[in-house]
Amino acid sequence: MTGPSDYIAGVSSDARKAPRRVVFVTRRTSAHVRSVDEEQVQTWPEALFRAALIVEMLVIALVLISLFFNAPLEGIANPTVTPNPAKAPWYFLGLQEMLHYFPPVVAGVMIPTLLVVALVVIPYFNINIRPDGVFLKHRRRNLTVFYVVAVSLSLFLWFFDVYVALVPTLVAAAFMLIAAYSGPQSPGRFRRYLVSRPVSWWIMTWFLLELVVLTMVGTFFRGPGWSWVLPWRS
Amino acid sequence: MQLQKQASRLDKLMASRLWKSIFRSGRGASTLHRSMAIQQNVFLHILPTKVRRRMLNFDATWYLGTLTLGTFLLLVITGILLMFYYHPSVPQAYADMKDLRYVVSSGLFLRNLHRWSAHAMVLLAFAHMFRVFYRGAYRPPREFNWVVGVILLLVTLLLSYTGYLLPWDQLAFWAITVGSNISSAVPVVGHKIHFLLLGGNLVNANALLRFYVLHTVILPLAAVLFIAVHFWRIRKDGGLYVQQSEPARETAEEARADENTQQVVVKQ
Ligand code: HEM
Repeated sequence: MTGPSDYIAGVSSDARKAPRRVVFVTRRTSAHVRSVDEEQVQTWPEALFRAALIVEMLVIALVLISLFFNAPLEGIANPTVTPNPAKAPWYFLGLQEMLHYFPPVVAGVMIPTLLVVALVVIPYFNINIRPDGVFLKHRRRNLTVFYVVAVSLSLFLWFFDVYVALVPTLVAAAFMLIAAYSGPQSPGRFRRYLVSRPVSWWIMTWFLLELVVLTMVGTFFRGPGWSWVLPWRS
Repeated sequence: MQLQKQASRLDKLMASRLWKSIFRSGRGASTLHRSMAIQQNVFLHILPTKVRRRMLNFDATWYLGTLTLGTFLLLVITGILLMFYYHPSVPQAYADMKDLRYVVSSGLFLRNLHRWSAHAMVLLAFAHMFRVFYRGAYRPPREFNWVVGVILLLVTLLLSYTGYLLPWDQLAFWAITVGSNISSAVPVVGHKIHFLLLGGNLVNANALLRFYVLHTVILPLAAVLFIAVHFWRIRKDGGLYVQQSEPARETAEEARADENTQQVVVKQ
């Protein structure tokens, strides 16, 4: 416990704007508050009205969709007639695409488990909290890591013929190369934007790209025997 | 004229003893009353009484979390209505789909709304996650709320997946067959998990019943519980994350150190 003489207490003066605030400043710290004072409004009615309004717009949109498009209903379940292809719901089609290349333990168990673990631990690693561009600090080390990871990942995907996942990987790597060989003074806003992106941003964006591409491919471009089809020629 | 009369009736009602006995915050438009409207209400008090104006702009959050909640509420309402017409048994479940389409008034619309809202909820939960990530709102001290979010995403996926089987048509049956077969691939205990999930070795009437119970009782309860925690944590973590208003910290330790030494704010 600190004795009463170890700190001084101050009370916020503007009680009309904010709830009463008391600040304790202990002797060993300097009394600077870095955060800026923000304008605040009441949750009721300001925030709740906006929330209600936007949810109402959502409901209207969904009602319109439901008036014009019917939910699918096929024939009654029949264990003896297997449709070809038998597809999982759309949000699992990325994983089903992986199932096409890897054994179920890998595609169905390891990849999803790794994904969930990776998502959970994001905020617990300082590397994901650092805000500066990946190639701005420790440039040489990070560049080496980037080359090793990008090349081995691409070779791995190429080796197993996973071209659907290889293409987004190469696209992401290409943009990272642009970032690596540009600087904060480079011409073009987009290039400067890429330069400023931290490593967590790159990983998440690569993941998003893969997610979108794999889900689209599974939904629209896969037919009997998981072969390529064109959605407009069914 | 008419409107004025109605307004004064409402005023009277709100001044009545009954009203005051129900709503603790009382009447009035003062800042105090508006704070009390939140703070003195068992459901609303998990929200902060004040929010930063900047975070109400559309481009701050794109309202994706709010919209996800909106779809969930819509799904609860339409889901309960659907439960009045649905039997989780084979082959009655499929017959009920036909009845919804051809016999029940607005049954088709009800089913459509439930189905499209379910797709929307999955999409919105994903979008919300990416939006939260890209504005850096997972940073300490919000890391646990991010974890709660991941749990909510999984609950959302499971809700959608268990619901997928209920119509008992070919689409439902084979999607669940493909998906549940994957659980057999888990090393050592795979077949046990598969059996536990389906109540048998194949997707059959037992599986339908299990999925129904998960879909209508267990998972919705889990969702409500974690959504409550999610919202409460937003308040406890100091409201929504705003870039610039909080210093950019390099590490989690820095954030913690900042919190402990810099400002000790007595929250109400
Ligand atoms: C059922 C699903 C979910 C619901 C209903 C929900 C609801 C909300 C709402 C209404 C907000 C307020 C601000 C906003 O709209 O962005 C919010 C914030 C937040 N959500 Fe979610 N959410 C869900 C899923 C998720 C997921 C999947 C994640 C991430 C993995 C997540 C992480 C967060 C975080 C970290 C915040 C705090 C943001 C900040 O402090 O600025 N949530 N959530």
